[in-house]
Amino acid sequence: MTTTDSIPTPRNPAAAAIASDPTLSREDASPLGRVLPGWVQAMPFGLVFLAFFVVPLILVVVVSFFDYNDYETIPSFTTRSYVENFEGCVSQLPDVCTILKTYGSTLKFCFLVWALTLVIGFTIAYFLAFHVRSVTVQMTLALVCTIPFWTSNVIRMISWIPLLGRNGLINQMLVGGHVVSQPVEWLLYSQFSVVLAFVHLFTFFMVIPIFNSMARIDKRLIEAAYDAGANGWQTLWNVIIPLAKPGIVIGSIFVVTIVMGDFITVGVMGGEQVASAGKVIETRLNALQFPPAAANAVLLLVVTLGIITLLTRVVDIRKEL
Amino acid sequence: MKKIDETSGLSRRSLLKTAGAAAGALAGAGTITGFPAVHSQENKTLRYLGTAVNQSADIAKKVKEDTGITIEYVAVTTDDVTKRVITQPNSYDLVDTEYFSLKKLVPSGNLLAMDAKKIKLFDQITPIFTKGELPNGKKIGDQGTAPKKVMFLEGQHSTKFSKTPTEWATLIPTVYNADTLGIRPDLIKRPITSWAELLNPEFKGKAALLNIPSIGIMDCAMVVEATGKHKYADKGNMTKAEIDLTMKVMTEAKQAGQFRAFWKDFNESVNLMSSGETVIQSMWSPAVTAVRSKGIACTFQPLKEGYRSWASGFAVSKGVSGPKQELAYEFVNWFLSGWAGAYLNRQGYYSAVLSTAKANMEPYEWAYWMEGKPAEKDIKAPDGTLLEKAGASRDGGSYEDRMGGVACWNSIMDENDYMVRKWNEFIAA
Repeated sequence: MTTTDSIPTPRNPAAAAIASDPTLSREDASPLGRVLPGWVQAMPFGLVFLAFFVVPLILVVVVSFFDYNDYETIPSFTTRSYVENFEGCVSQLPDVCTILKTYGSTLKFCFLVWALTLVIGFTIAYFLAFHVRSVTVQMTLALVCTIPFWTSNVIRMISWIPLLGRNGLINQMLVGGHVVSQPVEWLLYSQFSVVLAFVHLFTFFMVIPIFNSMARIDKRLIEAAYDAGANGWQTLWNVIIPLAKPGIVIGSIFVVTIVMGDFITVGVMGGEQVASAGKVIETRLNALQFPPAAANAVLLLVVTLGIITLLTRVVDIRKEL
Repeated sequence: MKKIDETSGLSRRSLLKTAGAAAGALAGAGTITGFPAVHSQENKTLRYLGTAVNQSADIAKKVKEDTGITIEYVAVTTDDVTKRVITQPNSYDLVDTEYFSLKKLVPSGNLLAMDAKKIKLFDQITPIFTKGELPNGKKIGDQGTAPKKVMFLEGQHSTKFSKTPTEWATLIPTVYNADTLGIRPDLIKRPITSWAELLNPEFKGKAALLNIPSIGIMDCAMVVEATGKHKYADKGNMTKAEIDLTMKVMTEAKQAGQFRAFWKDFNESVNLMSSGETVIQSMWSPAVTAVRSKGIACTFQPLKEGYRSWASGFAVSKGVSGPKQELAYEFVNWFLSGWAGAYLNRQGYYSAVLSTAKANMEPYEWAYWMEGKPAEKDIKAPDGTLLEKAGASRDGGSYEDRMGGVACWNSIMDENDYMVRKWNEFIAA
């Protein structure tokens, strides 16, 4: 079996019930009877979604408009958290204010990591889907990709430190091989190390959805392209990439949302010196300033949703699946 | 009877919740016996909220032997202790927290005032806490949240700090210390005598700072004052202008590449120092010990501007009453009675009641840790690992020298909110 089978075609119960399926309406002619089973079937997940996602989200938005002092959150309406968040954004011009700098830095990481994981992930997926003939080998190699996930996120991150540090393996090799006279400092606790760790951690999230899309491409289409005289690049660009788009978009959503909200990787690999949107929230929470933390969470959510909306504009995932 | 049932039910549930943290302590204490014993023992259980630093399995084992009290540790970070006290006062019985947090904790009304009359050795608690002076009468620095400022409440149910001693204490002190910069003498190769060295371009890319705003800002203030750029009226309670100035100096250094990293976790500071990533940084005493125990030279360097000090102590949750409250007092009294104090002193901290701790230490240990004399014999940690060979003496010397040299205390400023915002700006710079 291949992973192709595990991707659901639009056969989920709610959608099926809401769409006026003639097989259902035959037994129950009334509109209510037609719609009800679907709602009932969707309800358990709907309730979970409501209780653990919608309600907390509403609370976060509500709290972000509360006032606060050193030791308590005061339930009175104020926009203080938002106003202070954007402090200096106008008055400091042309200097960029903290919040824009922070989001600038986060978005930059987001873009770099997205671009790198996309290229690497696409290449790996392409190799798996088109160069490996046997399904067994394909599956084995796909499983090999998951090996880094056998240890925790933090350990995978920390294991870079002895490698990249001032007295780490790479610097020892460089200095020992007389490539450089002084250890290279920017390998660790820098933007480089943050991006490296992100790419290492999250490329897999690109590989699997893209591989999944590619595995479902009808091989006859590629043969047809070849027969029609397309060269390798033309086939890639005009056939494979358009058909792998849903995978690319799903992988991108994974990577973008994780990188936008991350503060641990940025903290550990950036030596806590690099700002990130998640870090701002953490600092506020630790100082017991819940309303500004909530306001920052709302801001992060808006930005992330904005990016995802843009991505889904490029490809309608629901249609493509 | 109903009440007891409730308590036991509660603690059983919390036992499940904190199973991970408590497992070590429980195994050591040998509570895992037959069913009949469990019920009676559960009534002598205290949920002890604090940071892992103070929560030793040895102490839990010893207190079980001496008093029959089972300690269930709830180990969280410094910031989370404060968060828990304010948001979940029923999730613990006894809390071990820092004095500087009291400005947040006391107004919340979630802690019970401790009745000094019920603390047998209260009069023997070091006057650092009650009067802000050493046992020999020398006054010590009181900038920031010095314990004497927040040690007493005006009354049992008051949320106002009293300037003079009263019967009602906010915390019963457990442990305190004087912090300074840690350095790698083998890599620096020259004497370091001032906080200003943290920003010395000589150590560009090899310095580190603590990334916990309320503590880190104090280190920054020590540095800024040492460079002669500003003299603070009270480093622990800066004005907005002073916060701006402090952060400006630090931001310039950061942008010039002075700092290798900031650290937040004890272990991070150990790794930075032992791997040679940094040679000078904010540090805590046990972290210096940890670096040294790897055979790497590391000094907790006394500096001429003095130390940044901190202290923590016990308080009881407002939800605790009746027999449970008596149990908490019994435990606190046990804690001050010497064994625990000696244990803490051997880790390089200081205990609240010195006389009882002294009685529980060997004379050569007391001479090394407290009097700053060269060690007559090898100095070992409570777990038996070798800390110092015979002949070595403690960085900074005696108790009087170290605590006498305190310049300021960890604090929560009036402008705390502004400070946190500026700190975020500093990190983003």
